[in-house]
Amino acid sequence: MLALLKRDVQLAFRQGGGMAAALCFVLAFLVLVPLALGPDQNTLQRFAPGLMWIALLLAVMLTTERIFQQDFEDGTIDLLTTTGLSLEATCLAKTLAHILSVSLPVAVITSLLAVLLNVDLAVLPNLLISMILGAFGLSAVAAIAGAVTAGLRRGALLVPLLVLPLYVPILVFGVSASSAVQMPGGNVPALFVLAGIVLIACALQPWASAAALRAHLR
Amino acid sequence: MALVAESISCERNGRMVFRDLSFQAEAGECIELRGPNGSGKSSLLRVIAGLVPVQSGRFQFDGQDDVAQHCHYAGHQDALKNQLTVAENLTFWSALFSGGVTDEALQAFGIKALLHEPVSILSAGQRRRVALTRLLLARRTIWLLDEPATALDAQSQASLSTAVTTHRESGGIVVLATHDASITAPSQTLNLGDT
Repeated sequence: MLALLKRDVQLAFRQGGGMAAALCFVLAFLVLVPLALGPDQNTLQRFAPGLMWIALLLAVMLTTERIFQQDFEDGTIDLLTTTGLSLEATCLAKTLAHILSVSLPVAVITSLLAVLLNVDLAVLPNLLISMILGAFGLSAVAAIAGAVTAGLRRGALLVPLLVLPLYVPILVFGVSASSAVQMPGGNVPALFVLAGIVLIACALQPWASAAALRAHLR
Repeated sequence: MALVAESISCERNGRMVFRDLSFQAEAGECIELRGPNGSGKSSLLRVIAGLVPVQSGRFQFDGQDDVAQHCHYAGHQDALKNQLTVAENLTFWSALFSGGVTDEALQAFGIKALLHEPVSILSAGQRRRVALTRLLLARRTIWLLDEPATALDAQSQASLSTAVTTHRESGGIVVLATHDASITAPSQTLNLGDT
């Protein structure tokens, strides 16, 4: 399983696709937001955590297809199932690789880039922590959607439909945990709820993805 | 040490591919699958490898049900990553099969010179040779080969038949789907598609 994790991270950095694409998306988003909302610093400051969360969410969603698609098409998944490694362990390893190579770095960089939207510096640590936590949940949900759409020709069309409802709780509690400085003491419960949602997503993910892949293998 | 299939039936996409198929292969034997395109040769190999569930019937190896654990499956797809070098690909698979990249394995299909090339620049035949080298990374008794000679030149086909012969002599079982009769002399032939 470690070998698989190592190879996937290595692949992600070698082809340079996933993280770079997600980061470019976040940057483009950052450039466009002040143009769309106007240069009023107070408006930007108020909306910054929410906007950055939307950017992170959509950026991770962009990379959903990379998790399983290639391995499915070139027969790697077939062979992995004969190695004695369970499909669940395979899915877990691939999700961890996605967290390490895409979600986590993008979450850290996105939260720091919030400075460009004039985010309140007191909010920044909260934003960073909640985004790092959220990254695990976002990857887990992305891995489920990636597995469901792995064998489909136009899988990318289905991904937003599958992912969005599952991203809503992460978004809601992620944003409230990161902007809670405005209501003192309010951020801890939201952070706990976020952590709970993330744990559920991570715990269910290997079984859900493996079941989806099994259905595709037939 | 025998691979036994007891009245296997397999359905894919609502179509019965084969029904009540039984065969037995002892150590050192080779079963050759024959039949026109679409007659279920690949499906049978995938069923044995545990990739596709059986509708009814069962497989046993050495009296046990865990047949897939003893199989090396070489399908149409090479399962090699373009971005990695040949050596990186093989090291990865040898770790997963808990085997090792030995000199012997590298020499069997003559890929030693290609070791540090990225897979993306290899020709179809070279990729095939790398994929076939994977069979030798770890010892597994049953080889499931799906048209293994595709894209191979005459010399590599000879290497393939040497590898298959060596494997059979050491007690291995080979299930082979091919249109090319020169790889090995099969001990039995299974005709699919005329049921």
